[in-house]
Amino acid sequence: MKEIHELNLPENLHYTKDHEWARKQGDLIVVGINDYAQDQLGDIVFVELPEPGEKFSEGDEFGTVESVKAVSELFLPIAGEVADINEDLADTPELVNSNPYDEGWMIKFKPDNPADFDKLLDRDAYLTMLKG
Amino acid sequence: MMGTTGLIFNEPLLWEMGAKGRTAISIPEQQVPSCPVDENLAGDGPDFPDLCEPDVVRHYTRLSHWNFSVDSGMYPLGSCTMKYNPRTNERQSSLPGIAGAHPLLPDGLNQGSLKMMYELERLLAEITGLEAVTLQPAAGAHGELTGMLIFHAYHSAKGNPRTKILIPDTAHGTNPASATLCGYASISVPSDENGIIDPETVRELMDEETAGIMVTNPNTLGLFENNIKQIASIVHAKGGLVYADGANMNAVIDVVNMKSIGVDVLHLNLHKTFSTPHGGGGPGAGPVCVTKDLERFLPVPRVIKDGNRYVLEENFPDSVGKMHAFHGNFGILVRAYSYILSMGSDLKKVSQYAVLNANYIKERLKDVYHLPYDSDCMHECVFTDKHLQTHKVSTLDLAKRLIDHGFHPPTVYFPLVVSGAIMIEPTETESKETIDQFIEAMRTIAREAAENPEILHQAPKNAKVRRLDETGAARKPRLAG
Repeated sequence: MKEIHELNLPENLHYTKDHEWARKQGDLIVVGINDYAQDQLGDIVFVELPEPGEKFSEGDEFGTVESVKAVSELFLPIAGEVADINEDLADTPELVNSNPYDEGWMIKFKPDNPADFDKLLDRDAYLTMLKG
Repeated sequence: MMGTTGLIFNEPLLWEMGAKGRTAISIPEQQVPSCPVDENLAGDGPDFPDLCEPDVVRHYTRLSHWNFSVDSGMYPLGSCTMKYNPRTNERQSSLPGIAGAHPLLPDGLNQGSLKMMYELERLLAEITGLEAVTLQPAAGAHGELTGMLIFHAYHSAKGNPRTKILIPDTAHGTNPASATLCGYASISVPSDENGIIDPETVRELMDEETAGIMVTNPNTLGLFENNIKQIASIVHAKGGLVYADGANMNAVIDVVNMKSIGVDVLHLNLHKTFSTPHGGGGPGAGPVCVTKDLERFLPVPRVIKDGNRYVLEENFPDSVGKMHAFHGNFGILVRAYSYILSMGSDLKKVSQYAVLNANYIKERLKDVYHLPYDSDCMHECVFTDKHLQTHKVSTLDLAKRLIDHGFHPPTVYFPLVVSGAIMIEPTETESKETIDQFIEAMRTIAREAAENPEILHQAPKNAKVRRLDETGAARKPRLAG
């Protein structure tokens, strides 16, 4: 597994304590799991995602990601409504391992309160937490 | 001591063997005229392979040679999966009067079977300290569901079924699954820095919408929940109940009185603690033991002793209902009954030796493997791959390398709260010589990881097959007979 200094954590993304990343796309927020999470989980074999239109509160479980080692829950960092999901992950869950920030994205959602986005961690704050 | 490869046969699939028209039986010549069948009902039959009896027997016997089991060597998965099954259990359960008993026999012709069930219930009650028992549930998770239905029935009878249940983060995944099936939301209780539950955390989370707590004791880290009495009294003070998952009962048989530590409902895994087969070897059984106060909610029918006779009684109006057809997994009950009677007062020694063996392994390995919680363990000890990681070697690599050394790998990557967990449960039946060989293999592997990590990355090399593509098997399964 990777050392902390080997992790790919782009500057332009926000992060959560549950090792997800988030970025703005218009009035939507795109979410996936970050390099640390995919590296810890190992080869991902299944991603379970919600239906577009489902609503979640902050911190709710919105899906699960299953690797050969374990099943982990996915948590929505901000309250909102699911606008779109990455259908490609049904057949090619390995995209989460190979390209977690781009082709491996998981859901796009419309936040109830767009200002909540700024409450998420930036790269430095996330790294500080990780080094804990 | 390295494992060596013997003569291992390659084996084709059944469909790649045999010859067209070959069969295992001769059907007598037809003596009645043929009668045409409605074409709509006719069609191609199933695609069965064409084989004779020796083809089939040899096929499965050869496949069985590839298997590593508790009958062929040390299996540090322990009672968590299946401990050694004494042969006397098989002898009793295959006695013709027992094996041939029909489930529809009327009570009057079934006194022996009913008596055995009644007495097994009494023995399990004595072992756990809980007064009433049902033998119906078919396995541990089924026992959990039965327990949760009893929680629900108890709270409903008091006017509010409640909505939540507390479950420690070290719990088996079946606990939240069983609670969810019963409509309860699981609230995770984080373990403290010693790997056990802090009563203060329970105090903060427990309220009058919470039906109770599900505790595995000892927990999945192999640690006894020392604060269980205090936790139980906090839960009871808010009107909740305490469920104990008996998956790890092998550590505390006849040592802990479950009622006196505050447990209201407990399931036992006969196929773990009481040495009966399960998985490929047969079904399991997950009896549920409860306090006298909860007896009225137990599943029906129940075996009742009426004078000198035993009867199956359905008339318990508060019961949660039927959890299994007929008499539960009766053949398993017979084996557990046989085990308990053949062990007699030595049953306590099972746990004493199981705990001693696990602590011996822990002490002999803790200088080379990282021990996340360095305290006395119960029947299993948990290491991590923290030291191995400095050589880019993982828990999975260690597990595969153990196969080359002639041992089945232990449970890996569980419990989830420990990163890269290696959970070793030797059980009571392994001799000191075998355990010393296992320890030597583990120490050798730790040296190999430092000196030549590539051996571990390439392992296993002596097994029938090399490293399997688990990812490929999960992502693109290809199933064939």
